Parts: sequence; C-alpha cells; structure tokens
Amino acid sequence: MELEITELRLGLPGRDGCDSGLNSSSNNNKNEKKRAFSDICDEANYETNGERKINPTKSQVVGWPPVCSYRRKNSFNEKDRVESSKMYVKVSMDGAPFLRKIDLGMHQGYPDLAMALEKLFGCFGLSEALKDADSSEFVPIYEDKDGDWMLAGDVPWEMFAETCKRLRIMKRSEAKGFGLHPRGAQRISE
Amino acid sequence: MNYFPDEVIEHVFDFVTSQKDRNAVSLVCKSWYKIERLSRQSVFIGNCYAISPERVIGRFPGLKSLTLKGKPHFADFNLLPYDWGGWVYPWVEALAKSRVGLEELRLKRMVVSDDCLELLSRSFVNFKSLVLVSCEGFTTDGLAAIAANCRYLRELDLQEIEVDDNRGQWISCFPDSCTSLVSLNFSCLKGEINLTALERLVARSPNLKSLRLNRAVPLDTLQKLLMRAPQLVDLGIGSFVYDPSSEAYIKLKATLVKCKSIRSLSGFLEVVPCCLSAIHPVCQNLTSLNLSYAPGIHGNELIKLIRFCRKLERLWILDSIGDRGLGVVAFTCKELQELRVFPSGVDNAAVTEEGLVAISAGCPKLHSLLYFCQQMTNAALITVAKNNSNFTRFRLCILDREKPDPVTMQPLDEGFGAIVQSCKRLRRLSLSGLLTDQVFLYIGMYAEQLEMLSIAFAGNSDKGMLYVLNGCKKLRKLEIRDSPFGNTALLTDVGKYETMRSLWMSSCEVTLGGCQTLAKKMPRLNVEIINEDDQMEFSLDDRQKVGKMYLYRTLVGPRKDAPDFVWTL
Repeated sequence: MELEITELRLGLPGRDGCDSGLNSSSNNNKNEKKRAFSDICDEANYETNGERKINPTKSQVVGWPPVCSYRRKNSFNEKDRVESSKMYVKVSMDGAPFLRKIDLGMHQGYPDLAMALEKLFGCFGLSEALKDADSSEFVPIYEDKDGDWMLAGDVPWEMFAETCKRLRIMKRSEAKGFGLHPRGAQRISE
Repeated sequence: MNYFPDEVIEHVFDFVTSQKDRNAVSLVCKSWYKIERLSRQSVFIGNCYAISPERVIGRFPGLKSLTLKGKPHFADFNLLPYDWGGWVYPWVEALAKSRVGLEELRLKRMVVSDDCLELLSRSFVNFKSLVLVSCEGFTTDGLAAIAANCRYLRELDLQEIEVDDNRGQWISCFPDSCTSLVSLNFSCLKGEINLTALERLVARSPNLKSLRLNRAVPLDTLQKLLMRAPQLVDLGIGSFVYDPSSEAYIKLKATLVKCKSIRSLSGFLEVVPCCLSAIHPVCQNLTSLNLSYAPGIHGNELIKLIRFCRKLERLWILDSIGDRGLGVVAFTCKELQELRVFPSGVDNAAVTEEGLVAISAGCPKLHSLLYFCQQMTNAALITVAKNNSNFTRFRLCILDREKPDPVTMQPLDEGFGAIVQSCKRLRRLSLSGLLTDQVFLYIGMYAEQLEMLSIAFAGNSDKGMLYVLNGCKKLRKLEIRDSPFGNTALLTDVGKYETMRSLWMSSCEVTLGGCQTLAKKMPRLNVEIINEDDQMEFSLDDRQKVGKMYLYRTLVGPRKDAPDFVWTL
C-alpha cells in the first residue's frame, strides 16, 4: 500500500528487505518494528565481506555487552568505565513544573551537560553561566555528598560527577542569601 | 507407614544435603515433612520476594545457613533502576527477633545497609560466615561492625561489590581474640587498608586458607603475609607492581616457592606485566586461575604462565589471550572444566571461533563456558558440539549484536541447534548473534534439561518464545531483551510461569494490556512493570508497550517495598 511510505516507523532506512547487503532471504520476514529503541542508537554497518573486522565505532546500547558493572568499572577500556556508570540525578529548574532526571555518566564535561540541560528545559545561557557565574540569568547549583549546595563548574568534571547528588537551575534573583559556598572556599575538614 | 522412630529418620535425612532432595523428601508425607523441616539447617531462597522471612523461619526453626538472592540477573547490566528493591534488612530483622541461631548468610544482588550489618553482627552469637556477591548499600563501617562483634567469624567474602570506602580501619576492628578466620576476601574494596592490622590479623589466624587482597596491599606486605600464612590454599594478589631487581621481589620469589598449598590464584589488580616469573613455581599445582581483573597482563605473558598450569580446572581470563593463547590452553590444560573469557575492551584483543574450537578439541572435561568473542560461525559451533557433549553451561556472547556467521552470512540457528542437540545435560544457555525463530524451535525440541535461558536481540515472532515455553519443561528462569515477542507469546500458557522462578522481558512487544491480563489470570504471580527514568508520561493506554517487565511466582503477594516507579499489576 502506498500509505506505507507515509507511515512513521523507527528503523534504519532501507531495511524493508531491499538489500542492505546483510540480509539473506531467510531474514526477510523479520519484524521490522523490533528493537526500535536500539535502532535509534544503532549506527552500525555490518561487515559483509567476511573479513574479520572489529567495528569500534558501533553505538553503545544500555547493558551491552552483558558485562556486570563491577567488571566494567575495572576494565581496561576507559570508555567502558565512564559510560557504564549510571549517575542519574534529579534536576529542578525554577519556574518549571516538573523535575527531570539526567544521567551524569552520559556526559563528558560541563559544556556537554549545559547543552543537555538547555535541551531538557528549553532554557538558554547555561553554558555561559558555567563559565562565568555573574553573566547569566540562571545559576546552576548542585547538592554534593555532604549536603552542601555548591556552584557548578568549579571542580574538575569527574569530581563533580562523583559528588553531585542533585542539580538545580536557580534564577539569579533567588541566589542571594541562599547559602552557597563561595567559589574556591576551603571546606572545614573534620 | 513409618517403622522407624523419628530420630532414626532424622539421622537418615542428615545424609540428604541438597536442597532439591530435601524438598522432595518433605513432600512424601506429613510426618516426613515435619521431621525434615525441623532438621533443615541450610535454606536457599532463589527470590527473596517469593516468600516472607517469617514464613521461612516458621517452617525451618533450626535454620543455620540462609542464602538469598534479590535482583534479577539483568540488574548486573544496568537494566534495573537503582532502588528497585532487594533490601535484606527485613530478613535480618525477622531472624534477629526469632530464636534462630544464624551462622551463615549468603546474599546475591541484594541491598545491604550498614545498619543491617550492625544488627547482624549483634544478633547472632555463633555467626560465622558472611558472603556478599554483587551487593551494594554499605560502607566499611558496616564491615567494621562485623569484624568487631562476630567473635567466631570464619568467613568474610566480598565479591564484585562497590563499597563506599571510608577508611581502611575496619580491619583493625577484629579483636585480638579473633583467631578463627578461614577465609577473608576484600579484593573489591577500593580504599586503603591498615597494613599493620592486616599483618597481625593474618598472623593470628592459623586456619586461614583463603586470602584475597585488594589493590592497596603492596608487594612487600604480600610477602610478609605469605610468610605468616604458608598454608594458604587460595590467594588473591592485590598489587603486583615492583622492580624485578629489588630485594622485595627476590624475597617474594623465595616465599612463594614455600607456599606449596596454593591451588587457586586470582587478582593481579595492578601488575607490571613482565615480572610474572615469580608466580611460575605456584602454577604447577594450580587448579583455579582468575586473571580476568588483570588487564595489565599482556597476551604473551599470559601464554607463558599458562604453559605451567597443567592441572588447571578453572580458568577465568581476558580476551587479550587471543586465539593463539587459547590454543596453548587447549594443549596444556587437559583437566579444564570451566572456562570464562571476558572482553578486555582493548581494540586489538580478540578471540574468535578458532579459539573455541581449539578448546573444545583439547579439553575433554570442559562443561562450563562463558565466551565473549568477536565472531562465531555455524561450522565452528557444530564442530564444538561434535567434540564435546558435556556442556552444562554454555554462554556465548558475540560482541557485535546480531552478527551473522561471517563466512556464510547466515543466522547462527544451526550452530546453537547443534549445541542443544548434542549437550543433553545443558542447564544454562545464553544466545547471541543473528538468530531467527528457528533456534528457539531447536531449543524447545532438544534442551530438555534447560533451566536458565538468556535471549537478546533474537527471534522474529511470538513463535520463538512459544517454542521455548512449550518445549523446555525444566525452565526456571527466562530473561529476554530487545526481541519481538509480544502478548500472544506471553499469554498462551499462563500456567507455565508458576512452574518457573521468574521471567524478565524488556524492550519487547508486550503491552500494558497484555501484562494486566496476565496479572488478573495469575494472582500468585507478581507482575511488575518498571518505568524508565525518562518516561515522564506513562499513559494508561493498554496498547502502550511495556519497557521492562519482571514477573515471578510468589506466595506472599505484591511486595510492600516497591518504589514509585514499579507498578505491580
């Protein structure tokens, strides 16, 4: 039916049995709707020439390969170690009705995080805020493991990701008197 | 019916040790049920939510050893949100309130808090053994409580755990009067450890047979510990970094030669790859070798080491060993029973079907396999099946999802089919690569003893799952992800799930409506829908596909500790 062309479908183009070079005839009955979620993540092109080739650029999917997270964290491959840790934290933004959740483990640094937050809340100017706190309308702050609210952007990314328990995008006007620890201040050690 | 007094029957039952057998015995008659339950000492609960602690204690008041498992297997791969469940506190609390003389607690995939460990340590005078595998939720404070309060502690074994380390002082909490340690494994702890306290502890533990150290234990401490404990049978080395010309290394070499009892070796969490020759004298007696946490050891060093290990029965290794290295294993390790090859994540490291074929040809006693590889062919699997029909566990993971046979471009149905047809005692199977419904037809037809099946990115239609559910009579655990099985497969034989421990389905085609129908029909199942983190709007539309479903049989109804994102239908 012609309407099929207009049907919204999740999947790689050309998978309808027109040969991507992979499928043999026995696979033409494959349910095209399967693995829709992973299709989105999946940029792979299978090696079709029979050569033994490792495809290092294939996209990651949650939980694949099935190696337990303890083992991943001890693995040689930095990429595995970083991407496997699930670090979901709640994010609230002043004025937004719902909180969101974001996986810090999926981001490589502050600019990346800022972009993701901007997308999530449809607000702008966070990247600037992270670089220079005084210039933007919003102040990104986070609650650390000790329960203190800190200004985001001071410490190295990895340290931040480890210690951040929740994030808040606060309006600058609310920031005064909130009790933030000032930039660079030493915390009194126990 | 009973011609013998109860005491005699009880004495006979003492020789019946496996839980399966004891369960069978208890079904014979009321009298045997009573005698068995009063004399049972060791209880295994495969799913902590299938039964309540009170009922377990009520039935087995003589309980001394309890094994509990919590989260489903796929939790290991981050498929389960953090606080899904599996808290052990209610169990420990209930046991503490009762008069059970708990001596041993073994937990897998459960959440254990410091409070829980504290309560455990104070409640059972004769507590002897704590084994935690893939658990979480505690810190070294909890360990300190165990060390300080369990006067007769024999075993403290932590495996694959990420502990929030506070300091390494917990080891100093073992009182001087504690001399009963037989097994101490803290290899997974990341933090520092008080080395002096550790040395003193080992020195006053004459029965110590198993010692697995963490990264923070340097070479010279290792040498001192081995001097104190030459009777060790199982050793886990933490840090193996040193200068080969140093005195420390020379001393270690000499000490290791004296450790004639070591049969099991693991660790090498930090290693200088060129200096493993110190280990060679130990290799000739080794039956178990685990180098899977040692990415620092290069393939060539591994091969050199393996050549000395003629008595090896169990080998866990990284794929940096390569097909060539597996060839050496096949040549050398004729006693090999269990092999696990893990991915090292290094781009050039690889094993393929060649390595597996070599192993199957060279190691006739091999029955347990976990093999992460770059590719696999049907021909290779058919050869493996011909060479070896002993497999009880066959878990193959081709790293490239849905990869076909690279030579023929065919799915791997025939290869796995050959495995299940040949290996009549197969109890556990994990599939990977490109697979159609056909492989499930074979599994349903031939895998008569199969108890656990793991499926990912496989199959074409509901028929696949139905072949398995209809054919595998002994199936206990089925876990499926990203496969096109839907409501028809789920609902065709609902009674089947009461014969199984659990079913996991994620990213499949089952809908909310289908799950609800199942839950309605089967009140003795908990059908849990686990909402994804970013599903902000989970509409109540029956036709909505369910992201994650976990169902399990239970005698105690929906659990009361389920978090908000888990719906028990």
